[in-house]
Amino acid sequence: MQNPGSLMSLNGVDMAIVALYFVVVLAIGFYLKRFTKTGNDFFMAGREMTSWVAGLSFVAANLGALELMGWAASSYQYGILAAHWYWIGAIPAMLFLAIVMMPFYYISKTHSVPGYLQLRYGNSSRSLSALCFGVMTVLMSGINMYSMALVLKVVLGWDIHFSIWVSSITVALYVALGGLLSAIFNEVLQFVLIWLGALLIPIIGLIEAGGWGNMVAKIQQNFQGDYTHLWRSIGSFSDNPMGIHWTGIVFGLGAVLSMGYWTTDFLVVQRVLAAKDLRSAKMAPIIGAGFKMMVPFIVILPGLLGLAVMPGLVGEAEALATGGHSYNEVLPLMMGRYLGPGLLGLGITALIAGFMSGMAGNVSAFATVWTYDIYKPLRKKPLSDGHFVSVGRWCTILGVLVSIGTAYLVMEFASIMDYVQALFSFFIAPLFPTVLLGMLWKRTTSAGGFWGLLAGTVSSIGMWIWVKVDPSALRIIALSPGAKAMAENMYRGLWSCLICAGVTIAVSLLTKPKPESALNGLVRSCTVLPSEKHLTLFRRPAFWAGVVFVVFVFLNVLFW
Amino acid sequence: MAKKMISIWFFIGLLLTVYGVLILGAGIYDLIVPGRHNVVLRELHAGVWWGALLIVIGIVYLVFFRPKRTGK
Repeated sequence: MQNPGSLMSLNGVDMAIVALYFVVVLAIGFYLKRFTKTGNDFFMAGREMTSWVAGLSFVAANLGALELMGWAASSYQYGILAAHWYWIGAIPAMLFLAIVMMPFYYISKTHSVPGYLQLRYGNSSRSLSALCFGVMTVLMSGINMYSMALVLKVVLGWDIHFSIWVSSITVALYVALGGLLSAIFNEVLQFVLIWLGALLIPIIGLIEAGGWGNMVAKIQQNFQGDYTHLWRSIGSFSDNPMGIHWTGIVFGLGAVLSMGYWTTDFLVVQRVLAAKDLRSAKMAPIIGAGFKMMVPFIVILPGLLGLAVMPGLVGEAEALATGGHSYNEVLPLMMGRYLGPGLLGLGITALIAGFMSGMAGNVSAFATVWTYDIYKPLRKKPLSDGHFVSVGRWCTILGVLVSIGTAYLVMEFASIMDYVQALFSFFIAPLFPTVLLGMLWKRTTSAGGFWGLLAGTVSSIGMWIWVKVDPSALRIIALSPGAKAMAENMYRGLWSCLICAGVTIAVSLLTKPKPESALNGLVRSCTVLPSEKHLTLFRRPAFWAGVVFVVFVFLNVLFW
Repeated sequence: MAKKMISIWFFIGLLLTVYGVLILGAGIYDLIVPGRHNVVLRELHAGVWWGALLIVIGIVYLVFFRPKRTGK
């Protein structure tokens, strides 16, 4: 039965597949509760994850609402340019995390990124970073929740409140029961389901379009402009549908925002910290990078196929006015086009799994940062490990409840959805130089780290307000009056990163550094890293990082 | 975490096997009673071979990652 106004309907088999997914994720949560007795178990998954589990979880935690629906829609809107967010906007940063930064996170035995800042710079930097992270994760979790409910309403006609409450109670239960261990296990399951549920769309789509060459020819027939080349059209702001210049992609996205996100956003870094040893911790982001490079096949390609076989999708406002379909619906429309009974249930399960993995990632990271970096420093008396596990469980429930509130807030003010990328440029872009300078430059001082982070965050928010108040400021911040929102975020991230680095360096040169003996395990020049010479070539992380980087370069050349 | 934990890959194998059976069953039913669903390239019968593929992957995971009777 199809609900009025919905894009498609599920039959009994489809519904059974979706229901079974909820049963299994809850069963995993209940099963894993017996293995999560200590804080190390609950918050760090016992630090026993293999590189494969940690690596897949690292990628899956990022496969949230914006990834599946958003980037498929973006590829319909902007063409293959959207793949930059998967390649230059992810791969170099993931490899940098693995080879350069991971040893310090892992050797320092920190439980979180704010925890590293506490060890390196002291409590002020930790508190600032933890508060910013807490606000960002709760907002992101709520946006994930609302996005999922909206998709289920549009696609299946399900009640938005039902979807929000069922999904959030499920996530709250399995994360509160099994902590990070449960979140990681379910993320691996979700990753497999996302692939198996979404993979048929590009396969059948390419058969219908007649292969890649014919798909490109059809897009060129249907639309003016270059939708199928990664680099050729971004020599000028006006030559591409995104209104972006290659400097924004390379320096704003590749060098700042992606570095900031993949190396300092605790949501993803937490998964790698759960690895069983340093080699696994270094291999996990490399394995994640290998899979991340392939995600465009199930996200970007369906958008491009939509341009070829379903021309005529329009923007949200025009779709509302004309009663047509928006390109935001391209992925579910492609599902309805190709997936028959049973397969449709699997496709919808893939979407739900994607949304829930993003939500669980935010909630588990929030519980850790709240418990260890906000709650624990406020308690002067020594407390038992069991006490913190209880706090972590309650924080998970609290985090989900606040996220539900955020989801309803987003529902009232839908434009908040547009601010997701802006949130990253506020809180993540300035964090990257703070952590990087701390790891690589022993002269960086506690005062330098704190004031640099504060200056970067305040300047990023300030630039955003400036453009809101005076839109002509866009030509100064994004270097062009024709820049669109995406380009503005890239450049704002770049400037806030540079401001953070400049202030950190200047204040550090004027203040007294810590003695080198206090920097062992935290700074590169003060730490003796474990040698990997005893490992065979095929077991060395650097070798596999090189392999992934060669494939990354090849893909960029192939789609140049 | 002293107790022996069942591998996540075993759970994945279990779920994929059940999903494979459901999807293959729906695909075969659609093959026998055609015309109820109008999807593009319906003649490929994607449900049949995708369901079979899920069953194969699921069984491989179930066998390789089954819980061992004698733990460490």
